[in-house]
Formats: sequence, structure tokens, C-alpha cells
Amino acid sequence: MFTLYGYGHTILAGAVLTLEVCFASLAAAVLLGMLGALAKLSPQPFLSLPAKLYTTVVRGIPDLVLMLIVFYGGQMAVNSIAEKVGYEGYIDINPFIAGVLTIGFIFGAYMTETFRGAILAVNPGQMEAGRAYGMTGLQIFSRILLPQMMRHALPGFGNNWLVLTKTTALVSIIGLNDMVQRAALASGATHKPFVLYGAVAINYLLLTSASIILLKYLEKRYSAGFSREL
Amino acid sequence: MDFSIIQESWPIYLDGLITTVWLTVAALVIGLLLAVPLAVIRVHGGALAQAPIRAFVYFFRGTPLLIQMFLIYYGLGQFEWMQQSVLWSLFSEAWFCALLAFTLNTCAYTVEIIRGAIVATSHGEIEAARACGMSRMLMLRRIILPSAFRRALPAYSNEIIFMLHGTALASTVTIVDITGAARIIQSRYYSPWEAFLTAALLYMCLTFTIVFFVRRLEKHWQGHLLPERVTDFE
Repeated sequence: MFTLYGYGHTILAGAVLTLEVCFASLAAAVLLGMLGALAKLSPQPFLSLPAKLYTTVVRGIPDLVLMLIVFYGGQMAVNSIAEKVGYEGYIDINPFIAGVLTIGFIFGAYMTETFRGAILAVNPGQMEAGRAYGMTGLQIFSRILLPQMMRHALPGFGNNWLVLTKTTALVSIIGLNDMVQRAALASGATHKPFVLYGAVAINYLLLTSASIILLKYLEKRYSAGFSREL
Repeated sequence: MDFSIIQESWPIYLDGLITTVWLTVAALVIGLLLAVPLAVIRVHGGALAQAPIRAFVYFFRGTPLLIQMFLIYYGLGQFEWMQQSVLWSLFSEAWFCALLAFTLNTCAYTVEIIRGAIVATSHGEIEAARACGMSRMLMLRRIILPSAFRRALPAYSNEIIFMLHGTALASTVTIVDITGAARIIQSRYYSPWEAFLTAALLYMCLTFTIVFFVRRLEKHWQGHLLPERVTDFE
């Protein structure tokens, strides 16, 4: 049972890949979310309008459809460009990159909303004071805005992370051999799909449970010095 | 891009649209009907009654919907007794397994949403109901649940959209919903952009229709909580 009919180590290797997808997509999502939030709050319409369009469009389309667009559509686009440049071979899009880009793109939109709210929660007088001291924009961001918005961003960030980890199961559909796909292959060979998918489900439960504990700790840490909100 | 393909194959998309809509509606309605009593037990029930609901919610909120669907669709076939039971004619159908997974999933999230709304009921309302001599059931029916549903609406509208998007996973177990239709078109004509962009457009229309109606419902139900409209006296 514990060795999962000899497939335990394969599933474990898949779990490592799933974790890699999680963290790589999170990095992309945080970067996009920060840029998106700053763009959405910008007084320049040529920055705020595309950011608004981005968050609206992403919330209207299922993640699976977006992933299929990036994977198949991206494949086609890359190859037609390569053909025009004179490249003769066929380029395969790496499902890891397609998956990470799509998940990062989707959760970048959710992070945009989270970060936007968190930035708005910081007292504008703080930024003004920074400017009065002659800080540059980057200094104001890293020394004043970022440390203070963390506290407000954490609950939303945590929710997004929990949804993101579960979304990574979709990369198996575009052919990445994460733990879901490995479980599918193993259950084809052993005819024990319930046990194998069950093991994958338990792995996801462990990941989400560990995340919840860590997030609670971080929330406590970053709200040090503030009264508990009920 | 050549959208004449879509013009020719719109009946597949129409079928897909119908499948997506009924899967979403059926899962949401059954899930909500199950979630209300479960949420009430989760708040007011004894520890023994709460434990299985806690476990159910923990499992379905902590694992991906895709895995839940695979566990039901592929997983249950592993058991000899399952294949011999009378229920097998249902469990061997992809639509039933997908619907079951979606229903249980949305039910688990909805239990948490309603639970949160019930817990947030202001204490004064309950005291007033008690002072009027209402029984527990009457209080639940007339005071707690109506106000909890109002508070739950914004979170529940998100859940509606999550479920709509979640049904796209049905295409991985041979069901032809909107995403399934797009996958058929993409493999038939090798035209991913047209196929999936059409699907994306259909989902966006559905999403924004839902958002529009939920906004109206919110205005109707939560009018008393909105900031007062300023009228000019000239």
C-alpha cells in the first residue's frame, strides 16, 4: 500500500515537479500582480486601461481554456514565426513553460486585485513623507509601500496561493508529467486508479494544509503591533 | 485567422453551450440545497455531527476538482463490488461522475460561505427573536437564514463563476461542453486560435451575464445596506 504498487517514487517525483510548477507560477503571478496593481492605480489611462482589461478578461475565461490557448495557440504562433525567419524544423512548446506562463498570467490578475487593495490601504501621507525626504520612486516602493502593504495583502495572497496550487493539476492535461499524469499512467498499468489518485489527493491536502499553517504564522508576524481585527 | 470554420461548426458549440449551462446549473442548485442544512449543522450541531461535515469540507476544498472527478470517474471502477452494484449504470456514465464531482465540490465551498454568513449574524437579532419567544427552527427560518443569505451573496456569486469555469474540466472525461467542442474543432481543423478563442468568448458572455444578474439581485436584497443616495433639495 505504502509503495503504491511500486509507483510510490514516481508519484513523489511528480509531486516535486508539481511543487516546481507552483513556485514558478507564483513568482510570475506576483511579478505580474505587482505591475498590474501599479498600472491599475496609475493616473495614466494608457497604463490603467490595459490593466483593467487584463483583470476583467482573465476572470471571464476558465483556466483550462486559457491554458489550451497558450499551449496550442502558442505552439502555432511560435512555429509560424520560426517559418518566416527561415527555420525548417518544428518547435515543440515545453508544457512546463506553457503551464507556468498560463497559471502565472491567470493568478497575476487575481494578485493585481489583491495588491491594488493593499496599496490603497496604506496611508497616502506615508508616501508623501517619503517624497518629502527626497526618496526616489523605487525607494518609496521598497522602503515604505511594500513593508506596509504586506499586512493587508497577506490574506488575499494566501487565498490566491491555495487556489493556485490546486490549479497546477491542470498542467497534466497539456502533457506535463506532474503527479496527476504519473498517477494516470500508473493506474493504467496497475488498474488501481482509486488508490493512486487518492495518493495524489492526499499530497495536495498536505500541501494546502502546510500552506494554511504557514500563512497563519505569517499573518500573525506581519500584523505584529496592530490590534487584532475581528 | 479564419473564423469561417466556426460558422460551419456552430451546432457543436451550441450543444457544448447547452451542456455547460445545465451542468453548471444542476451542480449549483443541488450543491446549494445540500449545503444549507449542512451549514446549519456545522454551526449548531454537536461535535459528533460536525466532524463528518468538517472532514468533507476539508477534503473537497483542499484537493483539485480535477482529482475529485478522476477519483469518481476512474477510481470507483477499481472496485469489484462497485461494478456489480445497481448504481454502476450511473457511475459508468461520464456526465454523472462529472456532475457528482462538481456538486460535491460546490457544496463544500458553499457550506463554508453560508457558515461564515450564519456566524456573522448580529447578536441583537438573535436576542430579539428569542425575546419574541421564537423556537430555534422558527428563528432559523425567519431571522438567521434570510439575513445570512444576503450576507453570503457576494461570496456566493464568486462561487457561481468558479463553478461555471470548473465545468470546463468535464471536457477531460469525454463530455462535449464548450471546451469539449473547442477541442473537437481544434483537432479537426488544426486551428487552435479560432477554436479556443470562440470558447473563451462564450465563457466570457456567460460570466458577464451572471455578474449582471447577481449585481441586480444584490441591489434588490442589500439595498438597505448600500450607502444612502443623496437627494438634492432645491
